Amino acid sequence: MKTLQRAGLALAAPVLALVVAGIITSLVLVAAGDDPAAFWETMLAWPENRSLVNIINEASVLYLSGLAAAIGFRMNLFNIGVEGQYRVATFVAAYFAAQAFLPGYLNTVATILVAMLAGAAWAGIAALLRVTRGVSEVISTIMLNAIAVSLVAYLLRKVGSREGQTIVTDTVPQSGWIPGISLFPDSVTDMYGLVFLAVLAGIGFSVLLNRTRFGFDLRATGHSESAAVASGVDVKRMVIYSMLLSGAVAGLIGMPNLFGVSHNYGSTIQTGIGFAGIAVALLGRNHPLGIAAGALIFAYLSEQANPLGILAGISPEIIAVTQGVVVLCVVIAYEVVRRYRNKLEQRAVAEALEAPGPSKEVTA
Amino acid sequence: MTVSAPESSAALVKPTAARSYRIWIYLAVLVIALSTTRIFTGADDITSSGTLRAAVIAAIPIALAGLGGLWSERAGVVNIGLEGMMILGTLGAGYFTYHYGVWVGLLGAAVFGAVGGALHALATVTFGVDHIVSGVAINIIALGVASFLAEALFTGLPGGGPTQSPSLDRPPTISVPGLSGWTESLEDKGWFLVSDLAALLNVVVSQLSLFTLVALVLIFGTGWLLWRTPFGLRLRSCGESPSAAETLGVNVYRYKFVAVTMSGALAGMGGAFLALVASSGYQNGQTGGRGYIGLAAMIFGNWRPTGLLTGSLIFGYTDAARLRSGGESVHALLLVLSVALLAIAVWQLIRGARLAAVLAAVVGGLGLTWYLRTDTIPGDFTQMTPYVMTLLVLALASQQLRMPAADGQRYRRGEAG
Repeated sequence: MKTLQRAGLALAAPVLALVVAGIITSLVLVAAGDDPAAFWETMLAWPENRSLVNIINEASVLYLSGLAAAIGFRMNLFNIGVEGQYRVATFVAAYFAAQAFLPGYLNTVATILVAMLAGAAWAGIAALLRVTRGVSEVISTIMLNAIAVSLVAYLLRKVGSREGQTIVTDTVPQSGWIPGISLFPDSVTDMYGLVFLAVLAGIGFSVLLNRTRFGFDLRATGHSESAAVASGVDVKRMVIYSMLLSGAVAGLIGMPNLFGVSHNYGSTIQTGIGFAGIAVALLGRNHPLGIAAGALIFAYLSEQANPLGILAGISPEIIAVTQGVVVLCVVIAYEVVRRYRNKLEQRAVAEALEAPGPSKEVTA
Repeated sequence: MTVSAPESSAALVKPTAARSYRIWIYLAVLVIALSTTRIFTGADDITSSGTLRAAVIAAIPIALAGLGGLWSERAGVVNIGLEGMMILGTLGAGYFTYHYGVWVGLLGAAVFGAVGGALHALATVTFGVDHIVSGVAINIIALGVASFLAEALFTGLPGGGPTQSPSLDRPPTISVPGLSGWTESLEDKGWFLVSDLAALLNVVVSQLSLFTLVALVLIFGTGWLLWRTPFGLRLRSCGESPSAAETLGVNVYRYKFVAVTMSGALAGMGGAFLALVASSGYQNGQTGGRGYIGLAAMIFGNWRPTGLLTGSLIFGYTDAARLRSGGESVHALLLVLSVALLAIAVWQLIRGARLAAVLAAVVGGLGLTWYLRTDTIPGDFTQMTPYVMTLLVLALASQQLRMPAADGQRYRRGEAG
């Protein structure tokens, strides 16, 4: 009964948030003179097979991005710089892979490691500034995002070659490609072969946080820094480690696409994944399964919104409003539920204390 | 945080005076350094009135965003949603200016920004959501709302499109008749220091946008309001120690709400400045992270109006330098920066801060080597100048900064110990 109530409360927040976000989106549509009914018809239609594959691919990438953000969030460290870390890492990885220092899949594995290192290094700048100079990681990572965009553009121009409208790095040798997995015979797109990378990262995240000393220290620091310090946690070291780890995971974001589809880094690289990852992490409450749900919801919304312009005459931009409102509503709803739960617990404690009898134990 | 009760406003007056006095010395050193560099490198544009005017135009939106941050953080709410509120401001300015003229446009931008601010206040103050989390969410929403509504509002208007408004009226400018021509001719002489100062004066007396004046009034008005009135004292007490303020009968929620809403309005006006003065209409993605830079300027300015104005001018200047003969100007600035960093290294060494000294020396040395080995700086690097400057400035200045004691902390009424 108790656990049922808890689970109900935990689910109430996101469901409530989705409903409110839906209502607000509809209101915005009405205000702009669009037809909400047509919007919902398009959004809630069962996705085609091609779209389903896209949703899975997009979600796996968002999931990695969300994990990267969540590692920092769990200890109140706001790595807003996932976007920059992802770009730097993907570029470095694409360049490294194209050099083909190693044969076949060894090259792939090495490249993934290089990507993690590059992402960690870029995040490390913010970590160093934070622990040595006291610069807030929020500001520094935002600045590093902007710097990353220009830096990568510059380097790309140095080492890349022109291909039509875009500049691209050399192609990764074919022996290292990870072929897609065909889910439906009629779908033109395949599922990323490296989807399992996201799953692995999720499991790793869960184990690290819940089964290791490091994870305990990380969560302890997030809950109460002073308590963590009192129990011997070196907070500065934790800041550096978790920032590096966050950057390393951010480095993975570009891998499924690099080895599965694009095989090079081009100036048309998908942008905004880093920011979406932050939203996804918030939506999933920094919990590995929650983030997965958040990533799926975000990917679903984005994919389903694509035909809005053609089918309903509504600008697909509306979906950014929905996504943002969902995030804000979810964090508010979690807060409301937390307060309600506290109140319930207080009441339970009060009742238990008032109740006469020998058993004064409280299981709150 | 074991910062004791907030310093009284009387105790804060002195450092303010001392600081603003120091600012003039810094400014003098800066002008002399830039003038010397101009003569030495021949990069004439680093102190031309064109660059300086562009610098002011680039600085004001940053300063207004920073001022918004100041209101909010002085009341104890971190506002990373400034970027989003600024985006809403550009949209409001675009829509209302097109239909009702520039002044209604400014007001509309403030109202749009204030809506974003009120949303942030609702989430953080009323519901106690983490400030950064709410700010990030607001940035996402604002970006979506602006691009969606822009398509709905501007498509089909003459010269407008789904991502931009029609070309809009500029706010009026003022020039002082005699002075403006005189300073211009003096500037053209190219004399050491004299011409640079003439260029500086020229910016003030020639083609000064009325919006710039409004912004300056807001900045100094904020300084007066927050540090010289009972309202300001109460507002700041909410940021220093809300529970103490509560025991004195201050309605902390209300003050925070007002401050954060005002914060949004100011950021929105920054957006209006971007859309109407810095360019000729609304465009998607116009803010380009200036809300964040405003936040950095405010931190650099130690949560004070004059400080944040200084910070904004530095960022505005680097931004302008890159836009006007960027490669050459930024190349010359690289020399200034490297020499300054080496000077800081020596100074830190004397003070005994070895780590900071080494850090400054390494960066300065690298900068100097880069300067000597090249003639110009590639466009991509000039583009990152403002951001690199932000990082450098924060890295060097952050030790001496003191943010409001309860900034960013969750506050619940009645939970005072």
